Amino acid sequence: MIDLSPPTIVSVLLGSALGGMARFAVSEWVARSLRETFPWGTLLVNVTGALTLGMLLGWVFRAPAAQFAGAYAFGVLGFLGSYTTVSSFALQSLFLVQERRGGAAFGYAVLSIAGCLTAVAAGFRLGGLFG
Amino acid sequence: MLAIGVGSALGGLARVLTGVVCVEVLAWPLPVATAWVNFSGAFLIGLVHVLTLPEARYAAGVRLRQGLLAGFFGGYTTFSILSAETLALLEAGALVAGGVHMIGSSALALLGVALGHGLGLRLNASRK
Repeated sequence: MIDLSPPTIVSVLLGSALGGMARFAVSEWVARSLRETFPWGTLLVNVTGALTLGMLLGWVFRAPAAQFAGAYAFGVLGFLGSYTTVSSFALQSLFLVQERRGGAAFGYAVLSIAGCLTAVAAGFRLGGLFG
Repeated sequence: MLAIGVGSALGGLARVLTGVVCVEVLAWPLPVATAWVNFSGAFLIGLVHVLTLPEARYAAGVRLRQGLLAGFFGGYTTFSILSAETLALLEAGALVAGGVHMIGSSALALLGVALGHGLGLRLNASRK
């Protein structure tokens, strides 16, 4: 599956660091711009992350992953894996429920799931046009 | 921002290592490993969020909390890889498996965060 050599581990660490910081930057920017009361920032991060991953899988990483071990570890496992998040999604959903906004929580789940799935599929198709 | 970077780096590595253990040692299919990572991450973020509140058992400063909650668990869990695995299942014709993976993983994560949060509240209360 994946060979845990030091370069691979460093690639994952670096990609993850950047992905997390990018997630923070984007979601904070959205939150401030909208003075958000709904987690649009995290939703945007997750959907754009899924879209980008779809594109990479359809374009760059079509061939067996081993060929791109370092780039895959950095870009996919590291950056995009950490850029998107289920934990924040879950915690934010819990807060919405606690605020008696169950409808918003349900909507958030639907938008996240449908959005990410649509995005990864669309990205894959788009990426395939270049690959 | 630095706390987020460090936390996320470690979270991402933890995710990859957990995946390797699940797949190589426990012989789980990769999607199950991802579902486990997302469930455990959601459980832990709920727990740690409550335990590190200013008035709580392990009250932590803003930067540490950000590093842990947004950083580590944000990096540990992943929606993009979950989505890509679901797409692969759907494209291979495994429609039910794909649906179960996407919706089931998400539901499990929501259950996980509620469980972790509840446990955290109980642990906070027990110190009084």
